[in-house]
Amino acid sequence: MKVVKQVLPSVDGKGLMMGRPAYTDDLADPNCLIVKVLRSPHPHAKIVTIDTSKAEALEGVELVLTYKDFERRPHTRAGQGYPEPSPYDKFVLDQWVRYVGDEAACVAAVDDATADAALKLIEIEWDILEPILDFEKALDNPVLIHPEPEIFENFPIGFDPKRNLAAGYHMEVGNVEDSLKDCEVVVDETFFTQAQAHAAMEPHTVNAKFDYQNRLMIYTSTQTPFHVRRIISQALNFPLSRIRVIKPRVGGGFGGKQHIHGELLVSTVTIKTGKPAKMVYTRKEVFESSFQRHPMKINIKLGATKEGVLKAIDCYILSDTGAYGEHALTVFMVAGAKVLPLYNKVDSVRFYGDVVYTNHTSAGAYRGYGAIQGNFAVESSIDMLCEKLGMDPIEFRQKNMILKDETSPIFAIMGEGTEGIAMNMESCELAYCVTRGKELINWDKKYPRVELPDSKVKGVGMAIAMQGSGIPYIDMGAATIKLNDDGFYNLLIGATDIGQGSDTILAQIAAEALGTTLDKVIVYSSDTDLTPFDVGAYASSTTYVSGNAVYKAAMKMRGEILVEAALALGVNVEDIEYDGVLIKAGDKEMTLVDLSNRLYYSEDQKQLMVTSSYFGTKSPPPFMAGFVEVDVDTETGELEIIDYVSVVDCGTPINLALAKGQVEGGIVQGIGMAVYEEVIYTKKGKKVNNDFLNYHIPTRREINKLTTEFAESYEKSGPFGAKSVGEIGIDTPPAAIANAVYNAVGVRITTLPITPEKILAGILANKAKK
Amino acid sequence: MKVNLLINGQKKTFLIEAGDYLLDTLRKQNYLSVKKGCDNSSCGVCTVLFDGKPIKACSLLTAKTEGHEVTTVEGIQDEADKLSDYFGQEGADQCGFCTPGMALAVHALKVENSNPTDEEIKEYLTGNLCRCTGYQSQHIAIRNYLEDK
Repeated sequence: MKVVKQVLPSVDGKGLMMGRPAYTDDLADPNCLIVKVLRSPHPHAKIVTIDTSKAEALEGVELVLTYKDFERRPHTRAGQGYPEPSPYDKFVLDQWVRYVGDEAACVAAVDDATADAALKLIEIEWDILEPILDFEKALDNPVLIHPEPEIFENFPIGFDPKRNLAAGYHMEVGNVEDSLKDCEVVVDETFFTQAQAHAAMEPHTVNAKFDYQNRLMIYTSTQTPFHVRRIISQALNFPLSRIRVIKPRVGGGFGGKQHIHGELLVSTVTIKTGKPAKMVYTRKEVFESSFQRHPMKINIKLGATKEGVLKAIDCYILSDTGAYGEHALTVFMVAGAKVLPLYNKVDSVRFYGDVVYTNHTSAGAYRGYGAIQGNFAVESSIDMLCEKLGMDPIEFRQKNMILKDETSPIFAIMGEGTEGIAMNMESCELAYCVTRGKELINWDKKYPRVELPDSKVKGVGMAIAMQGSGIPYIDMGAATIKLNDDGFYNLLIGATDIGQGSDTILAQIAAEALGTTLDKVIVYSSDTDLTPFDVGAYASSTTYVSGNAVYKAAMKMRGEILVEAALALGVNVEDIEYDGVLIKAGDKEMTLVDLSNRLYYSEDQKQLMVTSSYFGTKSPPPFMAGFVEVDVDTETGELEIIDYVSVVDCGTPINLALAKGQVEGGIVQGIGMAVYEEVIYTKKGKKVNNDFLNYHIPTRREINKLTTEFAESYEKSGPFGAKSVGEIGIDTPPAAIANAVYNAVGVRITTLPITPEKILAGILANKAKK
Repeated sequence: MKVNLLINGQKKTFLIEAGDYLLDTLRKQNYLSVKKGCDNSSCGVCTVLFDGKPIKACSLLTAKTEGHEVTTVEGIQDEADKLSDYFGQEGADQCGFCTPGMALAVHALKVENSNPTDEEIKEYLTGNLCRCTGYQSQHIAIRNYLEDK
């Protein structure tokens, strides 16, 4: 392969570094109205009266919007395929607010200062309601977060707002209780995972205007332009055909921009005033009023024989969806569906639980969603089980984990919000990943610990993980390829580059299939008027689903080129040899450049343009083994991550540098979740750490060494053998680091993040026991 | 009020409000390479050079630039072009929102210390956050750029 499985610079990186205007805010009309939101200071309250007269009277204020300006049209901001497996429990503006930062009113003014001043002039009399701030007390609490009658579920997802339940689920294979009774060794442990903020560098931004045809044109920093178009039409009752959504460059998403953010308010301002408008979230709004990872309480019971054969897994999860139920069920299900099949040889497995409403910031999609929480609980408890068994944790995994050509009953039972699809693991190099990772971290020399000078101890730990590649029977992606004169192509794709490099890798797939070079494929993506449909950038779908669509389109284009070449040369298609540049048949030949110029200007004139769609019928999982070496200071509990080894099976990495970037970026976000990051609230439900000074994402000083390798693997159903790679990297750090800390100092951390305080408390408690 | 300054080598006079911050002034004046990621000097995407030293434009009052020189990435296009080749080789440019500011900081580092240690590079660039890459690829790209590999 000449273009695929190479290191190639991204198609956009140079222009972005050189500062070319490319992001949503860069493209806003310079005279646009500034839209700002008055946000609730209370976690739970009802607006008794709202007086906007003073704000409206302020010079420069164009419009003030309250709940009275909106029809009550329930919708979900989840940004999923339709019908969504998320409850329709949100109104654009509502008389009730349900978390600190929820939208109470909205102003549009000529500039920032006027908008800010107007917000201060809005007078609200609140009826302050009792909030629910402890998710363990939410279920069947007399306080109801969603008493409103209009809300509903699209299909059964366990939605029961009278119990503060956004979603619920239960599944069982075999009989877990019976299996556990037969097990000689059992572990029963409860884990807690925290809310994590996406913290993309570009804040949520949207701008809107009417174009010369009086159509609503929206530029937005989104992962899901087609879903945004649909939801604007649904929620505002505005004709879909009059909406055009364009996704410019996006400054990072990580799931956070899968959701609707300011689009509905900014669109409303433009529709009502006819004027261009924009909203740029402040960093505080990004933290308080966008979305975050679902905090979970996870109870795991594992049972094994004394020979180390895992027999049963029982997993109960309570998940906190916050004020609204975006992704409530799907994140919850992924905690099982993308973790439990790792141990496919068990007799029985049960997975069940509840997703509850609270008066916290809404939880939603976040890279690795569900999987990272489930992985922390399962992979930590596997190590605990190994200790009870007196068995090496790598040997145990090698004995019990899923291997090539195997399956798990869970694939058929659990999908994302629906039933799943039975799959055999036609590509699975997990066994290699474990063996290779063990070598790279030098496990045998370091496991479980090495005493160091100055009261430090070195420990190593590991975890295995899997993800999916799109959502089968739901996700569709499409691609259009157009041949231009001079023999270059346009690749038009609905797929959504949010910085992960999908424009680049999809162009690589096209170039490889067309037999051309990357510079001859001009990519344009994510414009609902000009590009074909794609669900967008989520669920690790782009490389596999959109990539397959691009591959199909490219092969179709090749076929059309051959037909035209045969006509031009006066030969049969079967007699042609074509390498993407030169067309030969016996002694006759022409170049693609000649042919394309002929088609435009001289003979048999026509435009060659093809469109193909891909609809996934399975979701081949990428796999990885993560190994970490940590140094722990036994006097302070401080933890230093020395090296993080990732060995990944993502099938063929389409771009070796960008695939590595996905893994390493995921690893460091996972390290953030494992060690540094935690959304903290006051007792009154207000966020404490709502900026980068107080919410600590990893900086370059915390990252010592990342060792990343890919297993040789080929997924036949993927484009050039590829599976997904966007999320898998984030899954292992919490469990691997927790296991390494335990191996170093004998302290088992079950509540994330793994802070020096918790480690030291554990060290002191262990000393006290002795 | 009026403020006179040198931007990317050109004399400019801007009419501003006394409380305007440099980031907002620059974006209003169409220097769109300077990004807004936060408003309290904590993310680094608004990095510009102030008399050659990297500062966060979100936290400097425009009034304070009177008589000074400000450089945005538009003023170091050749350096950014070259640095981006090294980033491309390492897959170190994902979303690109932090890279113009990073290019300016790297340029300033090169002027100050042409042969920094790994620790010095990290120290110098700590204030330039990146949520996409995990930093190592950037670090390798920056080191290769500085060593002119």
